[in-house]
Amino acid sequence: MHLETSPTTGDEAIGNYTINFGPQHPAAHGVLRLVMELDGEIIERIDPHVGLLHRGTEKLIEHKTYLQALPYFDRLDYCSPLCMEHSYVLAIEKLLNLEVPIRAQYLRVLMAELTRIKNHMLNLGSHVMDVGAMTPNLWLFELREDCMNFYERVSGARMHAAWFRPGGVHEDIPLKVLADIGDWCDTRLPELFGDAMSLVIDNRIFKQRNVDIARVGKDDAIAWGFSGPMIRAAGLPWDLRKSQPYDVYDRMEFDVPVGTNSDCYDRFMVRVKEVYESAKIIKQCLAQMPEGPVCSDDRKIVPPRRAEMKQSMEALIHHFKLYTEGFHVPAGEVYVATESPKGEFGVYLVSDGSNKPYRCKIRPTAFSHLQAMDFMAKGHMLPDATAILGAIDVVFGECDR
Amino acid sequence: MATVLHPAPRYAPNDGVRDALAKALGDAVLEAREEHGEIVLRVKREAIETALRTLRDQHQYQQLMEIAGADYPDRAERFEVVYMLLSLTKNHRVMVKVSAAEDTPVPTVTTLWPVAGWLEREVFDMFGVIFDGNTDLRRILTDYGFEGHPFRKDFPLTGYTELRYSESEKRVVYEPVDLPQELRQFDFMSPWEGADYVLPGDEKVARHPAPSPVAEPKVTERKGVSGAGEPTDSKATEKVAPAAAGGTVAGQGQEEPVPRPVATEAPGAPDPTESRPARAPRKGRGRGTSAAAKTAPDAKPRPPRKRMPKPKDET
Repeated sequence: MHLETSPTTGDEAIGNYTINFGPQHPAAHGVLRLVMELDGEIIERIDPHVGLLHRGTEKLIEHKTYLQALPYFDRLDYCSPLCMEHSYVLAIEKLLNLEVPIRAQYLRVLMAELTRIKNHMLNLGSHVMDVGAMTPNLWLFELREDCMNFYERVSGARMHAAWFRPGGVHEDIPLKVLADIGDWCDTRLPELFGDAMSLVIDNRIFKQRNVDIARVGKDDAIAWGFSGPMIRAAGLPWDLRKSQPYDVYDRMEFDVPVGTNSDCYDRFMVRVKEVYESAKIIKQCLAQMPEGPVCSDDRKIVPPRRAEMKQSMEALIHHFKLYTEGFHVPAGEVYVATESPKGEFGVYLVSDGSNKPYRCKIRPTAFSHLQAMDFMAKGHMLPDATAILGAIDVVFGECDR
Repeated sequence: MATVLHPAPRYAPNDGVRDALAKALGDAVLEAREEHGEIVLRVKREAIETALRTLRDQHQYQQLMEIAGADYPDRAERFEVVYMLLSLTKNHRVMVKVSAAEDTPVPTVTTLWPVAGWLEREVFDMFGVIFDGNTDLRRILTDYGFEGHPFRKDFPLTGYTELRYSESEKRVVYEPVDLPQELRQFDFMSPWEGADYVLPGDEKVARHPAPSPVAEPKVTERKGVSGAGEPTDSKATEKVAPAAAGGTVAGQGQEEPVPRPVATEAPGAPDPTESRPARAPRKGRGRGTSAAAKTAPDAKPRPPRKRMPKPKDET
């Protein structure tokens, strides 16, 4: 008797299957779509689709004057707005060869470091949440909220400050705010941050999820264009604040933490150490900052104070011209890169001598890191993808521009 | 280079680097210059890969940080592709650039740096520069199914299509851009400095063109043609209002002109205000303002205003 068998018996070929991770996924840190090819739970290939938040910032900037284009930079990496402005104002100043008063340089460094803390609070918190811990994220958001309040007291806005200006900063920081920032760095930050970190850095689950995940060698880190904490975790002590100092970073004493193992855990720990280094820099700024003007007195670039405008016809004319036509920048091209909290954030600015940038190319940090996602995640498990993403520290306002 | 005043990043000095690199790259270099503290090498398009390989392997420019595109529509080869190189060991940066047209592919550098893959994709997406040898030259930042290259200078800022969610079709629909109001382009360039638009009101000039220039332009070099001289001076005094006293300054009276007698007294002047009837007294019990300003001696103090209860503190 012939027993009928299933027509498919014997040729079960289990193929890889493809899933979409995002674009609406809480661990995707925004609008990232990862097309993942999985073999069971092992990642075979990742194809990140970016650009879902592309707003054409670079083209919009070409249609604005230099000053009008500045707030667009806040909206790139909305987790560290002032560090985005930093590259842009330095690029303009480099083209103009404009001197910036020393107090303004201190204020910029101070706020850039506060921004770094603010950024790391968000990143560290969401990283631990991506791998399963809830509490530290809530505590770190408390600190991030403090940073936002300082932002508000300094610039009037909690996020999109538009406070760095070509030639200096917009307004001086009141003494009380400076004192409060100093107190905060002494008391609240180390206490709360130390508490939150004590929950994770020796945690068994946290280490299981991060140690030896996405190891990248030194040569690979260089070839993939890594920068910031990503390249420092690979053991290269490369920090633009140290090696190519801008503003008054050359007067600051701080250490550059590096990793040894170049995995997600090292990237996390590099950022943890950087928070303490940033607090150190803030304290030095507060101690060393001299009195003086906070903006260049070149009236062809920097508009006069409002009070001055009420008395002087000359000031009124300058104010009108600078807020309508804007200032002209000598023709030429520069590439200026600063150490944003996420890595090297560069601005390639081409001027044709008019009052608008001819071309403003923004070098996002996340672009090269995210491109290496496929390379880093290959052979890891599906849940490791969130840990890798968290350690990249990607924000799509900046990646997609 | 003038004295460096700006606080932009300070890396290793440029002294002699330009010439050394230009010499090392040989005849691949079309132009080597140093402006605003940046070293820019323009190389032949075909030689870009070998040039960057030389810079990477022999001159320690290990990292490719960025590839930027730029569009110059007036040039024969309208696009520029700019490679930003960084040396971690020498702590130095250089820019290397090539030019390209729509139909002249640039050799890929993905063979040198894997990071170039996405960077080239972006330049292709935004400008339409083709990279020969890049195996994955898909669009990257624009929408799925997008057409055109948005960062070209001739691509409008608003684009050509817009999308919205259609309630009737229950899906996102693409439509041609329809702006309810014209896109406002603020151009504050002074009209004396090469503004290329027509100022409001100036369109009349096109309808009524300026008269053709006269054959003999009027000059005032000689006394005869300028109209100056004794006959003119004598005529001038006729028109001047007679001065009250003393001489005249530049043909004008020094003081108020002496009033000339006219037929009627104060012609056209309004009637004196005193003759207007007084305003009728106000009806009702309204007091004048003078009373309000004074406080009556026996006035009771106003009762304190009732306050709304304070909202309880939310914790």
